[in-house]
Amino acid sequence: MSLTNLTLKAAVDGLAAGEFTSVELTKAHIEAIEAARGLNAYILETPEQALDMAAKSDARRAAGQAGPLEGAPLGVKDLFCTEGVRTTACSKILENFVPTYESTVTSQLWRDGAVMLGKLNLDQFAMGSSNETSYFGPVTNPWRAQGSTKALTPGGSSGGSAAAVAADLCLGATATDTGGSIRQPAAFTGTVGIKPTYGRCSRWGVVAFASSLDQAGPIAKTVEDAALLLTSMSGHDPKDSTSLDIPVPDFTQFVGKSVKGLKIGIPKEYRVDNMPAEIEKLWQDGIAWLKEAGCEIVDISLPHTKYALPAYYIVAPAEASSNLARYDGMRYGLREEGANLTEIYENTRAAGFGDEVKRRILIGTYVLSAGYYDAYYLKALKVRRRIAEDFDNAWTQCDAILTPTAPSAAFGLGENSNDPIAMYLNDVFTVTTNLAGLPGLSLPAGLDANGLPLGLQIIGKPLDEATVFSVAGAVEKAAGFKAKAEKWW
Amino acid sequence: MAIDAATVRKVARLARIATPEERLEPLAQELNGIMTWIEQLAEVDTDGCEPLTSVVAAGLPLREDAVTMGGDPASVTRNAPKSINNFFVVPKVVE
Repeated sequence: MSLTNLTLKAAVDGLAAGEFTSVELTKAHIEAIEAARGLNAYILETPEQALDMAAKSDARRAAGQAGPLEGAPLGVKDLFCTEGVRTTACSKILENFVPTYESTVTSQLWRDGAVMLGKLNLDQFAMGSSNETSYFGPVTNPWRAQGSTKALTPGGSSGGSAAAVAADLCLGATATDTGGSIRQPAAFTGTVGIKPTYGRCSRWGVVAFASSLDQAGPIAKTVEDAALLLTSMSGHDPKDSTSLDIPVPDFTQFVGKSVKGLKIGIPKEYRVDNMPAEIEKLWQDGIAWLKEAGCEIVDISLPHTKYALPAYYIVAPAEASSNLARYDGMRYGLREEGANLTEIYENTRAAGFGDEVKRRILIGTYVLSAGYYDAYYLKALKVRRRIAEDFDNAWTQCDAILTPTAPSAAFGLGENSNDPIAMYLNDVFTVTTNLAGLPGLSLPAGLDANGLPLGLQIIGKPLDEATVFSVAGAVEKAAGFKAKAEKWW
Repeated sequence: MAIDAATVRKVARLARIATPEERLEPLAQELNGIMTWIEQLAEVDTDGCEPLTSVVAAGLPLREDAVTMGGDPASVTRNAPKSINNFFVVPKVVE
């Protein structure tokens, strides 16, 4: 077994046992990354910094100062600001932006001993579900349909993170999720991803998209690895006023815990037209596994589910249009020339933003403009309340909810890129938890007829990641999903 | 059509995104497609419903009105397209 095939937990244990050093582990990953450039998962490799961090990690361990992630090489979604290392949000407007500060989430990973391998590709400003809106070109999913060489999307926006974990190009990766950007790519690549409760992870130093929805979280190889990473990433940060000032448990202790007696809700509205029968079948498998593990299955209703995506496509663009107003070409980022100040702004933003980002800024500006604010924006916020109330009602009947993660397996690059609404529908099962601020985890649970991975999602009560991890652990154990993408790159 | 080329021109101006004349009509059609899909929100009964602006129940935290980060102009202007002596150099804004 090569060092890159290890899970994060196995690697941390192996380092602690002295079976290998962080430098050896990091070198193995650097070589794997160099050999996998065709996937376009990393848009910036930082091998020298990685080896330097690894050597320092080995020294700390020798001095008896090992942290919980000591020596583990990770990838970082290029939405997290990294001090002295270019951070672009995969946009032209930030193509040469080198932060002079470190995001809180990544600083906590380094505090706990982790090593940074480089920056990972994403949809531009995290706006997209296929990684195709990246200024640096799309990521190719390491998974291919059986007998096919067609390039598939790894999903988005955290497509680089998901592909890198699936192809063993890091032991785990940071990601962010505004409407499904951790969970849908995890489902498309056979990896585990969790978006925690809104406020668990600090948003400080993460390039903003829609601030009331954005949350950081990990993409990992196993449920336990995801718990290990989330424990390190979470915690109160005075620099983010929405960061929750509450203790963070060690999430790993809940993985493997009995789920006997837990009530699992099955929402009838999470069945959509044209959903492949295999996904319905997988969902039924998940129900059977949890029954077997001693859970009680409860039919629930989340009646406003179908309105979540349209509400999201008002709320998120509205917040984005406001957040992205900062890119004016004055203090940082690209500046284009023009005859006067307004022209400089307009030319800078026209040249610096991609089509999808522009589309969302225009929608956001439109729904917030005079005469439309009440009809669109206020209405969407009220529907958002209805969606949150749906979950409040559900929690009187169940402890966690089981759903499919995405309405399809990974699709071909280019297949949905001309139809914005078809692309938006990828997030139909994930976006509700962003609107309600709830934790949601996706884990791989089976393969479709073409040999592509499919994910199940577990949604929990606010701040109850503990139950989410316990249920995910039970599903993972029962599913016994061991498949890996066959190496072709 | 709810959104026509003139509306796109106006919104693009508000958003400070230069948009060539020939893109206005295609953009109007795209945005109309999306807004028509969004119209289904009208079906939801939201009478007496408070808008949900934040899922974090707690109020905004307060802190001492004191400098926590700062005093480092070189760092602040590090990524400026143009800067001189730790000042941002911006185009003339007053005629």
